[in-house]
Amino acid sequence: MALFKTKAAAVSEELASQIGESDTLSIKLRRMVRRNKLAAFSGVLLALLVLCAVFAPVLTPYDAVTGDIAQRLKPPSAAHWLGTDEMGRDVLTRLLYGARVSLAVGVVPTLASMIIGAALGMAAGYLGGKADHIIMRLADVMLAFPSLLLAMVIMYTLGGSVLNIFLALTLISWASVARVARSETISLKESEYVEAARSIGVRPARIILRHILPNCIPSFIVLFTLNVPGAILSESSLSFLGIGIQLPNSSWGLMVNMGRQFLYNAPWISLAPSAAIMLVVLCCNFLGDGLRDALDPHLNND
Amino acid sequence: MEELTLKIEHLCSGFFTERGYVPAVDDVSLVIPQGQVVGIVGESGCGKSMIARSVMGLLKYPGRITGGSIQLAGRELTGLPDRQMQRIRGKDMAMIFQEPMTSLNPVATVGRQMREALLLHEKMDKNAAREQVLNMLERVGISEPEKRYNAYPHELSGGLRQRVMIAMAMICMPKLLIADEPTTALDVTIEAQILRLIRDLSRQTGMSVLLISHNLGVIAQMCDAVYVMYAGKIVEQADAFTLFDSHAHPYTKGLMDSVIDLKTNPRRLPAIGGVVPNLLHLPAGCAFSPRCPLAGERCRAERPEMEQLAPGHMCRCFEGRRA
Repeated sequence: MALFKTKAAAVSEELASQIGESDTLSIKLRRMVRRNKLAAFSGVLLALLVLCAVFAPVLTPYDAVTGDIAQRLKPPSAAHWLGTDEMGRDVLTRLLYGARVSLAVGVVPTLASMIIGAALGMAAGYLGGKADHIIMRLADVMLAFPSLLLAMVIMYTLGGSVLNIFLALTLISWASVARVARSETISLKESEYVEAARSIGVRPARIILRHILPNCIPSFIVLFTLNVPGAILSESSLSFLGIGIQLPNSSWGLMVNMGRQFLYNAPWISLAPSAAIMLVVLCCNFLGDGLRDALDPHLNND
Repeated sequence: MEELTLKIEHLCSGFFTERGYVPAVDDVSLVIPQGQVVGIVGESGCGKSMIARSVMGLLKYPGRITGGSIQLAGRELTGLPDRQMQRIRGKDMAMIFQEPMTSLNPVATVGRQMREALLLHEKMDKNAAREQVLNMLERVGISEPEKRYNAYPHELSGGLRQRVMIAMAMICMPKLLIADEPTTALDVTIEAQILRLIRDLSRQTGMSVLLISHNLGVIAQMCDAVYVMYAGKIVEQADAFTLFDSHAHPYTKGLMDSVIDLKTNPRRLPAIGGVVPNLLHLPAGCAFSPRCPLAGERCRAERPEMEQLAPGHMCRCFEGRRA
């Protein structure tokens, strides 16, 4: 028996490496890089952007808050790669510092709302009945309410800080996630493999986590890549209305809106952060596509 | 007295729909002695699968058990809370489904799905479970079990998947295996292999099998005893030999007649005329009377009861002896 075991283990390892069926995440990611160059490129770009945001103080000699008023509204030059704004602050510097807020605002509330929405939606879908009614009517109320208005109310009452933006954006976006999660769960609940799992005595919580959730991941990834840009834009709107990020801090949305007054004389002030937003949104979408393909076991064998 | 793995008495279950109660299983009694293969045969919609689901406790809303008792190795299953049913499902009884193509989770490897029952019921660690799964895969005749362990379901053929389903159901050595049309989705060569496999496993392990099929050939090959169902009721029960040799119910006869026999002259295949009655509006008398060639006045007015024709041979028909 012992002999058989070791032999079996050796054979299995060899086979696994040969046929690539027990792919780890890293193998899947490597395959994505090989197959989908655009997604890989997007991923690298996003990673670079995050690094730039983190190391902003090292990368730029200027201060993000105080500017040289004599240098106001200067076009791009060797000293100021992206020009200066109305207060004489370096636009590139403010862009890098703003990336910290904008990226965080894009990712954190989206993740939080996905976790909350997915948990509630899957519970509603799987349990059905009363739980379903209560959760989904709550979601309907959230969806029926103008989301920006709701976010404004929250920001007015709690005050404009990054943490409160997280809170407000999470609150306005969990409901749509819950809907998707619920409908996916309802269709998967009826599938034969969930029934087969029940027939061997698997408990509901485990069925949701091990059998339903993994099958929902592709739609969640798509949803995530759609919601990140939405969150970044919502933050911009809030900042524009003066209840989001407060000056002299910066976020991309705030910069676009501040540059609006100088659009004719100094278009770079608005264009630079606009381009940054666009880039991030596109990268998110491409990366999302690539990830969804890479994580789909049906496409496992080249 | 031989030991009974499954004893169903006067089981009633049905659907509560907006148009009224649909009695899908009506007063069904059935026993499966230990180690035997018992078949249920009947047309689509006659309640075969409802029996299986009632036993497993997997009735879908709005289906419910409304009466009778189900005993698994002497333990009453009706009225057990779901938590306790979860402990029995997969351990003491398990089920294989009709569609091997959709009965496995597409995003989990075969091994991970198969070991689930072991981790749950036997509290095994993953390595021990792996050994057991590999053993079982080999036992159901899957070559290269190591390779299949890490394969995803879509990488396997239909026959292989059904073997995996069987291995998955058998992994905790249940006392009862319910096979709900296990070969309907497979071609005939694979069908024969799968059936032989189920029978062999039953013989080796003393496991009882409840085989549900609409295919008389399958039933004839496999079963010790056969129950014929029509419109939610058992209409005839006998051991396999008796049933095929001297069936008494006109419905059973109709089923037998509609099997192609290549030895007799090729001819137009007789079919039972008409369709299964709507369970919401069953005829006043015998449910089969509208389609029955022998039906008389009495059949249309009164419902026949099960009558014993010979020891172990029961039939629900007034004209039973004539058929």
